[in-house]
Amino acid sequence: MIVATLAFYLFAILTVASAFMVIASKNPVHSVLFLILAFFNSAALFLLLGAEFIAMILVVVYVGAVAVLFLFVVMMLDINFSELRQGFLNYLPIGALVGFILLVEILLVVGGWHLDPDALTVVTAPTSELSNMTNTEQIGNLLYTKYVYLFQAAGMVLLVAMIGAIVLTHRQRPGVKKQVIADQVYRRPEEAMAVRKVEPGQGV
Amino acid sequence: MEIGLAHYLILSAILLTLGVFGIFLNRKNVIVILMSIELILLSVNINLVAFSTFLNDMVGQVFTLFILTVAAGEAAIGLAILVVYFRNRGSIAVEDIHHMKG
Repeated sequence: MIVATLAFYLFAILTVASAFMVIASKNPVHSVLFLILAFFNSAALFLLLGAEFIAMILVVVYVGAVAVLFLFVVMMLDINFSELRQGFLNYLPIGALVGFILLVEILLVVGGWHLDPDALTVVTAPTSELSNMTNTEQIGNLLYTKYVYLFQAAGMVLLVAMIGAIVLTHRQRPGVKKQVIADQVYRRPEEAMAVRKVEPGQGV
Repeated sequence: MEIGLAHYLILSAILLTLGVFGIFLNRKNVIVILMSIELILLSVNINLVAFSTFLNDMVGQVFTLFILTVAAGEAAIGLAILVVYFRNRGSIAVEDIHHMKG
């Protein structure tokens, strides 16, 4: 028990510290690396909570895809980041004020909040019924039966995101020679070749 | 001390606040703003998984998967828009983005 408590505090403190470094560090490359650290630590928190599948998916999707995407964009674009940091200190007081108010409000809500015992009886998909399965099996059991339409919709969201990203960043550069199949198909023998009578002893 | 639901709720509240704070702090840098949005979504995910565990309800984890999907799509589209904008303007300063204003 003490190990679980210590592990929670370790991962929680590391998550919060790296999240702070994401927004505070000077270099956006460092921000992305701290974002990866924050994701890893929250994956560990998910493991502590018993959500193994979500933890692994978090590492695969966020660290493997999203964070690398950020890293690519930060490193490929030649941006003057020091220019973008001007006014950093101007926004600090108002940002700190808004953040502080938000945090106090949320903590007041969390502090004055009690779990209704009836809430435990209106569970949609109780884990106790599924307790002979692993976490991944439980999720699959729900995802492919009850939430299969939402699952399809999530796939559509990803498809639209993929097509959108490709359409947005695709560009036609002039001067690049490409094969145009339609032109090749519509080419007639008359425009492709000409029969010439060549007199003997003379060139074309 | 036993780690309860409140611990995870406070952690996710702190993460959400840091995300909002980051949006205010880095008002000129779209990349860091997108990363702050990822932090906010992460805090939502922590909330959902914590409730899912402590209420013994599996649906929270299923919804976390959907939020993960939307977050990945949002990051891809946002960064694509960013790349196109940088290609056209040579800068990603947010304050210059008012061409769509009527």
